[in-house]
Amino acid sequence: MFLDLVQVFDSSFRMATPLLLACLAGLFSERAGIFDIGLEGKMLAAAFLSAAVAAMTGSVWLGLLAGIGASVVMSVVHGLASITFRGDQIISGVAINFLAAGLTVVVSQSWFGQGGRTPQLTGAGRFETLDMPGALQGAEKASANPMMHLYSELVSGHTILVYLALLMVPLSWYVLYRTRFGLRLRAVGENPAAVDTAGVNVVFLRYSAVLICGVLCGIAGAYLATALQAGFVKEMTAGRGFIALAALIFAKWRPWHALYACMLFGFLQALALRPDLIEKYLAIKVQVQLLDALPYILTVVILAGLVGKATPPKAGGQAYVKEN
Amino acid sequence: MTDPAIELIGISKAFGPVQANKDISIRVMPGTIHGIIGENGAGKSTLMSILYGFYKADAGDIFIGGKKTLIPDSQAAISAGIGMVFQHFKLVENFTVLENIVLGAEDGAFLAPSLRKARKELTELAAEYELNVDPDAVIEEIGVGMQQRVEILKALYRRADILILDEPTGVLTPAEADQLFRILQRLKEEGKTIILITHKLREIMDATDTVSVMRRGEMTATVKTSETSPEELAELMVGRKVLLRVDKKPANVGAPVLEVENLNVVDDAGVHRVKDVSFSVRAGEILGIAGVAGNGQSELLEVLGGYQTATGIVRVNGTEIDLTGKHSDGQSRRNRGIAHVPEDRQREGLIMDFHAWENVAFGYHHDPAYQKNAWLMDNAAIKKDTAEKMERFDVRPPNPALNAKNFSGGNQQKIVLAREIERNPDLLLVGQPTRGVDIGAIEFIHQQIVSLRDQGKAILLVSVELEEIMSLADRIAVMFDGKIMGERLPQDTDEKELGLLMAGMSGRAA
Repeated sequence: MFLDLVQVFDSSFRMATPLLLACLAGLFSERAGIFDIGLEGKMLAAAFLSAAVAAMTGSVWLGLLAGIGASVVMSVVHGLASITFRGDQIISGVAINFLAAGLTVVVSQSWFGQGGRTPQLTGAGRFETLDMPGALQGAEKASANPMMHLYSELVSGHTILVYLALLMVPLSWYVLYRTRFGLRLRAVGENPAAVDTAGVNVVFLRYSAVLICGVLCGIAGAYLATALQAGFVKEMTAGRGFIALAALIFAKWRPWHALYACMLFGFLQALALRPDLIEKYLAIKVQVQLLDALPYILTVVILAGLVGKATPPKAGGQAYVKEN
Repeated sequence: MTDPAIELIGISKAFGPVQANKDISIRVMPGTIHGIIGENGAGKSTLMSILYGFYKADAGDIFIGGKKTLIPDSQAAISAGIGMVFQHFKLVENFTVLENIVLGAEDGAFLAPSLRKARKELTELAAEYELNVDPDAVIEEIGVGMQQRVEILKALYRRADILILDEPTGVLTPAEADQLFRILQRLKEEGKTIILITHKLREIMDATDTVSVMRRGEMTATVKTSETSPEELAELMVGRKVLLRVDKKPANVGAPVLEVENLNVVDDAGVHRVKDVSFSVRAGEILGIAGVAGNGQSELLEVLGGYQTATGIVRVNGTEIDLTGKHSDGQSRRNRGIAHVPEDRQREGLIMDFHAWENVAFGYHHDPAYQKNAWLMDNAAIKKDTAEKMERFDVRPPNPALNAKNFSGGNQQKIVLAREIERNPDLLLVGQPTRGVDIGAIEFIHQQIVSLRDQGKAILLVSVELEEIMSLADRIAVMFDGKIMGERLPQDTDEKELGLLMAGMSGRAA
């Protein structure tokens, strides 16, 4: 029982990582008043380009950079549409999702001719797991004491991006609540006029937030294609951008709560990988399809507002126009 | 002679074809309170926005303390020592007082030292200018008077020597307004220069040393306050003689038309807005409901107008009306002879993107005179009717085909009034009849309301303008926190007593 549970938690972390990165990405953007339903598209673009570049160069780090680049470019498009040209943020986000969904497959087919996939990544083309000092391997784990087991399975043995994502949680909290930039960022999402009249540049702040969002989404996408999987496949984000949005609402736009929400979704996704466990311990046979659908059902429930009132940043979704 | 704190020379600003400011020159001497008065749209706010770097003037120069200064943005205005308190506060509502004060004036990348310094300085400022606030209070949890203090402190924290206040008393109770003016006097004594923008003549007379009058984008006069009178200022603002007091005969009161008993309203958010309110309005009288905005008056009007549910009893001409919303709506209210001029004419009174004639038909589109046959409306008849109504109510321009948004505030209000009053209602509900309306139009609107009363109709008037209530109402009820604090006759009371009631303190000492 303990063993199985640790394994499920272990994969929860892996499944939660892209969600967490995307969720924090959305957090920065939305806290600054720019709604972003294009998280999905940005992750997808990043997943594709990171896998493509990693496959061509054999370097996962170059892949990661390329992924971040792809996502940032899309962020800039979103920024131009919603900050500079004061367009509708939702429509811009939808456009980015469609753009990414189509473009990734078409370009992939044209570059690699493998039906929209990128070549399988091997060796330095993928993020390797890091083993912590003293961590046990394979069969040794099962016989070790519980603490050691927990350490070897849960703490050790993830790719660097998992640790990075977890580190981003306190970091985001610190930036948002303990720095000048964070104060201004939160203010611009609540009342941009207050920021403007205080002599601070609203446009600059919002672009910064959108760019941070791009970078984090880029890492999330690259993680999917170069760490969780070994290459890009069509629509591989599978709605994770929207799940991250649901987690963001669930977390009421707060970093630590984002971690908890994403872990919940990650846990559900991990559970779907092990339907045998439910049968083993609960003695009921659950359809795999239902387990697969669980995170999405929870997303719908959250987005329908059934988990209590979540008040988004007050100026969210509105372009800032000077007035008095 | 000392240099003026601010001197503007030849400032002009146009928005498209509209000349908002025309060749404006003004000198504001240091250590004075300088009033700028003018009607809505006279260009006061535009001028101040130029001074605060929100707009760029098309022509003209700004001198601060004798030095020519360019103000391309708010940052430049702040550096030049200008602080602005906007009509609509620029505060982040879920931040604390301290965070709002520090925002944009932080000392470094990390917040903690800035907050520490601001807390210390705030204590000093509070002592120096008697501006006490709790630095850790969250903005949305403190009253508007306090919020305004935070705005003033924000400016002082940024070392402002010149403070501009745009219509600062609009949201304050009379007592809070008095307190504000005491603070301003104090600031003046400490050598600060204050520009007070308002459309209220009384404030200008009470608080300022010098006053400049603006009309249609031009500065028409600058005079010493001690050498002028409200009548003269009103004439300078409007360009013709204005009747400041409403001429009205004693009320000829009949039977009760509206009777309200134990009315309670709980809004969608579960807040108890109206608490056990009872009153009546008789034929031929105006009952004025005074109070600071947000004390249940709006909800009261919404209930009577038929778009908010409530519990309690409301009778019109002796017959009870349904308050659950299940058997009645605004339409059935109208059929009972209730006409409603809502508080927010742009949201509830008109559809801004519709023509004037379409707006005039609203609520009365079942009128047989507006029908061509069983299926079609007679648009030509509606347009003709609208044109006649516009004529009688002096709506300018009298063009039924213009969209509602293209009329000025006063003329929009006249359209709503014409629609409602011309239906000859038994009961007229009027909310904020002159909010954002020019002095000239106020005079006309007041006359219309009084003449309806003289025809023996009952009128329920809700207004946050105490002066308006004092001059129009035959009886005055004051609302505070959803309750009626008391009823007074205008001849037996004064603004001071009503002000106390508005602040929740129950009236005169036994």
